[in-house]
Amino acid sequence: MGILEVKNVGKRFGGLQALGDVNLSVKENTVHAIIGPNGAGKSTLLNCLVGKLIPDTGSVMFDGQSVLGRKPYEINQMGISRVFQTPEIFGDLTVMENMLIPCFAKRDGAFSLNAITSVPSETDVIEKAEAMLVEMNMADKRHMHSASLSRGDKRRLEIGMCLSQEPRLLLLDEPTAGMARADTNNTIDLLKEIKDQRDITIAIIEHDMHVVFSLADRITVLAQGTPLVEDDPQNIRGNPKVREAYLGESA
Amino acid sequence: MFGLDNKDTRMLLVVAVLTLCAPFILNPFPTDSAMAQFNAGYPDLMQRFVIFGIFAIGFNILFGLTGYLSFGHAAFLGVGSYSAVWMFKLLSMNVVPAIMLSVVISGLFALLIGFVSLRRSGIYFSILTLAFAQMSFNLAYSVLTPITNGETGLQLTLEDPRVLGVSATADGSIPVTNLFGMEMRSTFEMVVGPWAFQFNAGYYLCALILLAAFYLSIRIFRSPFGMMLRAVKSNQQRMNYTGLNTKPYTLAAFVISGMYAGLAGGLMASMDPLAGAERMQWTASGEVVLMTILGGAGTLIGPVLGAGFIKYFENIFSKINDNVLHGWFSFMPDGLEDFVVFIIHPFIGKGWHLTLGILFMLVVVFLPGGLVEGGQRIAKWVKGRKNKDDSASATKTPAE
Amino acid sequence: MDAILLQILNGLDKGSAYALIALGLTLIFGTLGVVNFAHGALFMIGAFCAVTLQRMLSLSYVVIDETQKDFLGNPLKVKTPYVESWFGPEMGGAIIDWAVPLAILFAIPIMITVGFVMERGLIKHFYKREHADQILVTFGLAIVLQEVIKYFYGANPIQTPSPEALSGVANVGALFGMDIVYPVWRIVYFFFSVIIIGGIFSFLQFTTFGMVVRAGMADRETVGLLGINIDRRFTIMFGIAAAVAGLAGVMYTPINSPNYHMGMDFLVLSFVVVVVGGMGSLPGAVLAGFMLGILESFASMNEIKSILPGIDQIIIYVVAIIILLTRPRGLMGRKGVMEE
Repeated sequence: MGILEVKNVGKRFGGLQALGDVNLSVKENTVHAIIGPNGAGKSTLLNCLVGKLIPDTGSVMFDGQSVLGRKPYEINQMGISRVFQTPEIFGDLTVMENMLIPCFAKRDGAFSLNAITSVPSETDVIEKAEAMLVEMNMADKRHMHSASLSRGDKRRLEIGMCLSQEPRLLLLDEPTAGMARADTNNTIDLLKEIKDQRDITIAIIEHDMHVVFSLADRITVLAQGTPLVEDDPQNIRGNPKVREAYLGESA
Repeated sequence: MFGLDNKDTRMLLVVAVLTLCAPFILNPFPTDSAMAQFNAGYPDLMQRFVIFGIFAIGFNILFGLTGYLSFGHAAFLGVGSYSAVWMFKLLSMNVVPAIMLSVVISGLFALLIGFVSLRRSGIYFSILTLAFAQMSFNLAYSVLTPITNGETGLQLTLEDPRVLGVSATADGSIPVTNLFGMEMRSTFEMVVGPWAFQFNAGYYLCALILLAAFYLSIRIFRSPFGMMLRAVKSNQQRMNYTGLNTKPYTLAAFVISGMYAGLAGGLMASMDPLAGAERMQWTASGEVVLMTILGGAGTLIGPVLGAGFIKYFENIFSKINDNVLHGWFSFMPDGLEDFVVFIIHPFIGKGWHLTLGILFMLVVVFLPGGLVEGGQRIAKWVKGRKNKDDSASATKTPAE
Repeated sequence: MDAILLQILNGLDKGSAYALIALGLTLIFGTLGVVNFAHGALFMIGAFCAVTLQRMLSLSYVVIDETQKDFLGNPLKVKTPYVESWFGPEMGGAIIDWAVPLAILFAIPIMITVGFVMERGLIKHFYKREHADQILVTFGLAIVLQEVIKYFYGANPIQTPSPEALSGVANVGALFGMDIVYPVWRIVYFFFSVIIIGGIFSFLQFTTFGMVVRAGMADRETVGLLGINIDRRFTIMFGIAAAVAGLAGVMYTPINSPNYHMGMDFLVLSFVVVVVGGMGSLPGAVLAGFMLGILESFASMNEIKSILPGIDQIIIYVVAIIILLTRPRGLMGRKGVMEE
């Protein structure tokens, strides 16, 4: 029984069957990669997991509870954090404030009318955010406007924000898309570190094979809205079906 | 002090000094001098400064922090005024229950309107609030005449069944608003040489409430709640995926700013116990938007500055007429004088709204950060020049 | 039955005005992505084009007519409009009489120019700015335009009659075997609106220009990438939208004497119409315009007012709120189109 159980999920947009009959089980404390060519339905699947889309059929269970019909913020409060393809951060706020917000969300829940205390007086939250900034190697940038960060730093900040919520499942949507090689390698190192040091399950959607094979414990290949095969990385590498559907194309 | 950091304390103190000494500061010219027309230290004008200051501070909590542009805030001001006048009619001429009721009622009203309007964001939200305000205006103007007295406006009469108080005073006139016996209209005049300074009880009540309102707004800005509101403006998507429900945050901000507007409306009625539908018209909503933008949306002090600026110039501009202009430009040759007066004429007197509209456009186009940003730019420029001078002289020295 | 038909007719002319303004708003919003709070002012400027033309045509010179004497025996001063002296009294008189319809020709170039100047001079700079800024700057512009008109034309409504021949009433009920008497000009206004609306729709449907604009409304960036100069087309579209609002204003003058704040009065309701119809949907705007116009007219029936006093003042808002709560995208708004 995995921490995330996707059963018979289907989603149709008008005439397009985006997801056929997806079954997926993500084991706790593993890195599970979902790969597939463009249009395979990776993003649709991800959106079904976080509450942005509601699948037409099937069920999505997280830790024994259904996530279907819940709002994104509710699903997040259940313990699923999401990293976007293009970093979604609070561009108008400083790096420190960016880090404080998930810490407050973790402590106070989805809404709190905490309008009288001042932010600096909330020492427990400040310390936690500070620690996470140090861990992400961004402490010296804490007063910077986050919009002026480099792409790589924005990604680090976003991942840090997600981690500070202590999620049980971290969803990554092509975390290295559009990144230079150096930034990609930095991100891989960061994710490896996270994987080694934390009790966390990571599901990653990725295009870049280098990233996938550096990180994943388990890989699901999606093609035309249905899982083609699920296996360990070394077996995927040799699987002729996968080569044909995906690797053959890109090679 | 007061749980604020040094910078905010300083700002609060500056505002406190400015408002409490306003009767002096706004009356710099001797009463009989030609410049006396630029004085603004009259009770009713000063009251307007602070009341609209409160209105704008509240509006800024919504617009400045969350970025939700409401075009219907005047409706809350109007509701506040009507509530206060009803309290005067039915309960007592003491302003305390009246102001309290206006805050509560406008808060409830804001809750209702906010709940519906906040189902959409962006332009839809602006249009919805605009429609609600216009609907409230129509309701007040004609439909709810029994409550609002329609076109004429709600006023006190000699037959009001005042539970805690009398319907009419001994000499047969309508009683006046008071704060535990202190009449709001009572004014102490201090004559110093050619100057006459007026200290009005009502003004000081408004000023103290403004300070409290301003202090509260600083606390909100600096609180985790305030930070969340800025996060709503910055990225709602990230909010949702950080486990935060944006709806109650925006609704809370909407209700708080509606209560500020109601407070302003209640004070307005406390100073002059009448309420009319025109207070709810969307042009009045536009005015508070302009005050906030002109001062600097999202800054603490901006709305207060903007409110003061607009109300001051409204007063001055409507006083100026062609004769005054001819007086000013009499040093010019005749033809030129007439020409200049002809050019300026559309913008003064009744043309104040034209000036206001142009000001509105200029601010949005050239100074989106308002007066506060303008001040910062000037400060930076002055600093930059100074640094340049310093560095210029520094490079020169070794050459010599 | 007669009463119901009469209310529908009554609603049609106001509905036509709503539909025309809402159509322009939707065109501008759909193509340029700008919320134009000054659109009501364009409607008002159109109306004042009619006023201006009427005044220009009536410009007169004074002659002393020796053949006519007043009761003191002095020769009579006769004011003669220039047009009458140029075209003869009959033709000239007719021209003055038909000033409002003639103002259509007068208003088209003016409105298109106003639209171009507005778009190139101001709105163009706001495409990339926040919606709030767009609202604010067009709101400021609306105030300015309104005050300028007030400065030149005063605050009072100015009567602008329709041509003599079209000013009476006609028994439109005769068509249905009923007896319904209705002002001719309002019927003219309705047909005029239908023609304009039809014209806009067929223009968008059947011309290449229209096709590009429709594509631009659906996906602006992609069309821009195809190498089509979408900006210039959008400028033209703005001019057209301005002209539509202006013509709606021109023809509305005999129904309601124009005043400087008529634009704003209509604007708020037109926005509601756009939201009800579904932001970005042209058919939605037209449908909602007529629907709300007719609804408003029904609400002002005495029978209904006696049950719900004042309902005519707020019916449109109430309906808008209900629709928005039950169908957040409006009547004909499509999912994913023009959403934040």
